[in-house]
Amino acid sequence: MFYREAGDFSTTYAEDQQTFPIKFDRYRYYVVLFIAIFVVPFVINDYWVNSLLLPFLIYAIAAIGLNILVGYCGQVSLGTGGFMAVGAYACYKFMTGVDIWWGGELLFQLPEFNIVFSVIMGGVMTALVGVLFGLPSLRIKGFYLAVATLAAQFFLVWLFNRVSWFYNYSASGQINAPERDIFGVLITGPSTQPWATYLFCLFFTIVCAVVARNLTRGSTGRKWMAIRDMDIAAEIIGVNPLRAKLTAFAVSSFFIGISGALFFSVYLGAVEVGEAFGIQKSFLVLFMIIIGGLGSIFGSFAGAAFLVLLPVLLKVVGVDWLGWPTDIVAHLQLVIVGLLIIVFLIAEPHGIAQLWRVAKEKLRLWPFPH
Amino acid sequence: MKYKLGTMAVAGLMAASPVMADLVFPSLSYRTGPYAAGGIPFADGYADYFTMLNERDGGIGGVMAKVIECETGYNTEKGVECYESTKGEGSLVYQPLSTGITYQLIPKTTADGIPMHTMGYGRTSAANGEVFSHTFNYPANYWNGASGAINYLLAENGGDLSGKKIALVYHNSAYGKEPIRTLEELAEKHGFELSLLPVDHPGQEQKSQWLQIRRDRPDNVIMYGWGVMNQVAVQEAANVRFPMENFIGIWWSGSENDVLAAGDAANGYKALTFHGVGSDFPVFDDIQAHVVDKGLAAGAGDQIGTVLYNRGLYAAMLAAEAAKTAQEIHGTADITPAMMRDGMEALEITEAKMAELGLPNFGPEFNVSCENHGGTGLVGMTQWDATAKEWTLISDFAPTDMEVIQPLIEEDSAAYAAENNIEPGCK
Repeated sequence: MFYREAGDFSTTYAEDQQTFPIKFDRYRYYVVLFIAIFVVPFVINDYWVNSLLLPFLIYAIAAIGLNILVGYCGQVSLGTGGFMAVGAYACYKFMTGVDIWWGGELLFQLPEFNIVFSVIMGGVMTALVGVLFGLPSLRIKGFYLAVATLAAQFFLVWLFNRVSWFYNYSASGQINAPERDIFGVLITGPSTQPWATYLFCLFFTIVCAVVARNLTRGSTGRKWMAIRDMDIAAEIIGVNPLRAKLTAFAVSSFFIGISGALFFSVYLGAVEVGEAFGIQKSFLVLFMIIIGGLGSIFGSFAGAAFLVLLPVLLKVVGVDWLGWPTDIVAHLQLVIVGLLIIVFLIAEPHGIAQLWRVAKEKLRLWPFPH
Repeated sequence: MKYKLGTMAVAGLMAASPVMADLVFPSLSYRTGPYAAGGIPFADGYADYFTMLNERDGGIGGVMAKVIECETGYNTEKGVECYESTKGEGSLVYQPLSTGITYQLIPKTTADGIPMHTMGYGRTSAANGEVFSHTFNYPANYWNGASGAINYLLAENGGDLSGKKIALVYHNSAYGKEPIRTLEELAEKHGFELSLLPVDHPGQEQKSQWLQIRRDRPDNVIMYGWGVMNQVAVQEAANVRFPMENFIGIWWSGSENDVLAAGDAANGYKALTFHGVGSDFPVFDDIQAHVVDKGLAAGAGDQIGTVLYNRGLYAAMLAAEAAKTAQEIHGTADITPAMMRDGMEALEITEAKMAELGLPNFGPEFNVSCENHGGTGLVGMTQWDATAKEWTLISDFAPTDMEVIQPLIEEDSAAYAAENNIEPGCK
């Protein structure tokens, strides 16, 4: 039917191992990319970007990051919110020029970084912090590790709330993203154009997704998956668990840091650490990858879309179309999203990505049942 | 799939928002979530006052007022979503009722040219209108509150606080941290000793803070709390037998929700305020006749006359008066957000005006100017009577120490102006 394989031959190993081996699938992917880059920016407004697309893109990056750790390497983490906070605060410090103090004296101050490098530095700093909090994973597994990362979550939030250096000594402890631009196009601050912020986040999302995809299907990813499936066996066949686990923590935290940096600087513009990066953020991203599908890049996107867009859709239907009271709709949102998660995981324990895989399989064989 | 969802959402939005010729007052309310107990009465009061204007006077200056509610749950992301989805409807003024959402919306509203009124919360230095052109926080702000509490204690102690110990129990967030600088300055000025006790969101856990209070025995405790934190603190204070009359809350820690749970133990607890308490005002008869009896009351209709309901009503009254002022200035009934801003900047609230509105002595007299978006900063004190189950005003709206507050406002707003390349000045 759609997925015709007749006449679609691979003649090289590279062709055989590509992400989208079926021609139709590959072209669909190019079309989606083309639309996302060349069509969407021209037709969106503030509401589209700030309420739907930016959160979707940013959460997708966070979900990819967490998926590398939990889905590919099997190290359960509940510290996502804290790691996003590291990304946000690192980005803020680099945006405003890092000041190093020693004994009450200003030792030196770095120049203000461009927003692109600030975001990347947010990722780099988070990778370092992630490795630090990943150390316990070398000795403990499962629930015990989840508790250790939970500690990271609470410690990091406490740190950013407590040490005023992180928020440049502002009276309220809030951090505000100053106006920054790339080649004269504003990316942060209140006067941004919707297309600019959208393309900026889209760029990071595409790069992160491509990098993650290529890491996970290369030898690094295979090592992670070996550790996930059976760490003893992996060690016996020559996978170094220390390197595998710590690289997973580093790469995962790098992505999560980038998402945190974008979340603060481009999407919200001002954050308060306890409110924006609390434990509920960790759970939200974890739900995204569980619903989307563990160990799948597409799953990260699908899960992010599900949990970002569905509440907004329910709100639009309930409040704007049906005219119900806002509080009833908000309660119903919780109930419906919760129910959907339960039903969904009973019907398809491996998430939306698996559903997609099965559908694709069926389409390939159609009209024959097997 | 994601595109389909998005398309449906936006198609829905377009279908659901016909062009309105009403005066739109969006209400970013929270009737759900951890702070709902405070959000519900405020949202009810805000909506009911406009309903009453529509029913009684046919709107404001002949144009109907329309309140669009959007549920934020006190969550900043939902707050942004609410702002973006309502700003295109001709919204005249935003009242987010959350310091976190305020911080996010200050730059956005300024860029979009829509005024925002953060009454007794938000960013205190927004009182400097030369820097914050579209943000207003009259009639009083957090720092007036801090100073008001200290002035009250000064009066109690014969004008001398030297050697006294005062503890600040605060919500460990932007909101709770706001008064610290002011209190530190005041501590230096009056020679009292200030100790800081942060309480983390949502505030259920306060055992250690109150143990410390029991050990240190401060003469007074000042509290900046919100939501469940307040009632827990009042209960804990009763548990460590802290004398309630020495315990002062900011206006966000002074509603019925905060003290009813502790029963008789809460008797004598005090809270600051910038508006009247109770339902003994003529306007409530109109609300009863035009809103409640017609079955138009917002929410469950069971909050009328509570402290936070009155605050919502007061916010609505100030918004309506600013709209009237704007209509007078620009000579048109159908005002835009830009005209609304001018109206807010020229707002004048006098005793005669309040009496005419059926709210005699309900709040302080104040006027707003371009330089001062914060009003006069007069605050009063209320006290809880546990047997009668009501708050009473125990001191008049008194001035606060602007000598200390004004330089702090200048300093903080100058920092904001420098960060964001704003040229301070009045147009």
